[in-house]
Amino acid sequence: MALKTPLYDTHVKLGAKIVDFGGWDMPLHYGSQLEEHHAVRRDAGVFDVSHMAIVDLTGGRVREFLRLLLANDVGRLKTPGKALYSCMLLPGAGVIDDLIVYFMSDTWYRMVVNAGTRDKDLAWIRKHAADFDVTTAERKDLAMIAVQGPNARHKTAALLLPPQQPGVLELKPFFGAAFGSWFVARTGYTGEDGFELMIPAVEAADAWTRLLAQGVRPAGLGARDTLRLEAGMNLYGNDMDENFHPLESGLAWTVAFEPADRDFIGRGALERARREGGRELVGLLLEERGVLRSHQKVLLAGNAGNAPEGEGEVTSGTFSPTLNRSIALARVPKTSQPTVQVEIRGKLHAARIVKPPFVRHGKPLIDIS
Amino acid sequence: MSDKVPGDLRYTKSHEWVRQVHGGAPNGAIEVGITDHAQSALGDLVFVEVPEVGRALSAGEACAVVESVKAASDVYSPLAGKVVAHNEALAGKPELLNEDPYGAGWLFRIEAGAAANISSLMTASAYETFLAEESK
Repeated sequence: MALKTPLYDTHVKLGAKIVDFGGWDMPLHYGSQLEEHHAVRRDAGVFDVSHMAIVDLTGGRVREFLRLLLANDVGRLKTPGKALYSCMLLPGAGVIDDLIVYFMSDTWYRMVVNAGTRDKDLAWIRKHAADFDVTTAERKDLAMIAVQGPNARHKTAALLLPPQQPGVLELKPFFGAAFGSWFVARTGYTGEDGFELMIPAVEAADAWTRLLAQGVRPAGLGARDTLRLEAGMNLYGNDMDENFHPLESGLAWTVAFEPADRDFIGRGALERARREGGRELVGLLLEERGVLRSHQKVLLAGNAGNAPEGEGEVTSGTFSPTLNRSIALARVPKTSQPTVQVEIRGKLHAARIVKPPFVRHGKPLIDIS
Repeated sequence: MSDKVPGDLRYTKSHEWVRQVHGGAPNGAIEVGITDHAQSALGDLVFVEVPEVGRALSAGEACAVVESVKAASDVYSPLAGKVVAHNEALAGKPELLNEDPYGAGWLFRIEAGAAANISSLMTASAYETFLAEESK
């Protein structure tokens, strides 16, 4: 029996193409994935992300616990409402999951983790939380809706009471706050401005309908994937998993090695990996026609006819609707070469190494000439 | 589901359609594309690779690729024959396959050999029955 979000019936009524995603029946698109993608880049779109798990962690030592559990440092969070993106690592530094944690109060942090990893995440968190008397509560009573795009914030604010609206619009990037029964955060997974709403599940369908009445377009997981890849954001299970550490997954920026005296799970292994070099996650722009896809082989050219430097693999690839070109993330041996060859259906195609993000706030950030 | 299935075409189980082109190549060319059902299932198409003119195809050979935002799919030649034309417009406008799968979104034409027997392929009603079975 597939899992369904509180908005499942709403999706079906809208004519969504429903697909299985990590055991959940989720909307892939509502007619055209490309148009949904463009709506988010140009105006506003709304995604049901209620399949993700919201976990509240409470207790007097919750901060101390999270400083051990996460590779990024919640000690950096000084103001209530501030959010932090982090990996949760195995002792060997493989990535258990990537997540966002919100600093709610000195005794309460809220974590949002991926749908496909929720069970193992919760088991891992609970195993370590016991030593700190930290309580974990999965908030199955909440739905999560992401409203994204240049006009998303204003269209969302219209759903709140007039006295609440200024506060919602004043939220700074990567901050969240409670407005009545709603928790509104200025976060997202598209490279556009917008909000993620955590609201009582019973209010989800009504909120969704009111967003559509504001001219916000429903968008499915298909557009969510092309948008996040254009924004250079990793997808757990594609671009990193338990077999790879953050430094070879483009996530070095999320690891807080300072302060040096903070021990966190995976630190020792990461310190060693840091000295060794190895592989890195790069962006690719296909120079020819075609579409990059995950698991395609990436060949590094040797210097002027020398032996090849090695090979890597595309971890996420797609057609970029904004750039009208194919883009990818790929894990390759560290290289100074500007281009690589990607094997697509037995033939080699040239691709240029570029630095993600490819697109932010509706604008290309890489040279596509 | 209400996929369009024109009555004057022939169909394959891999969702290609075939049209007899009158006054085409010497032995009578046939035109090949993918069905409305196929384009709808694939979603927005963003890249199409068609066979080179002159290439000799055998029946059932993978000879073209249609890629949607989501995934790549092979297209199989319904009959044996030499490619005499392919749809140049698809390189710049792959969305023609979504908009007009039986017309402007055609993929390629082959000069079917004497042995090619278009009547061996499914009729429209047989294809409709096949689609209904497949969706069960």
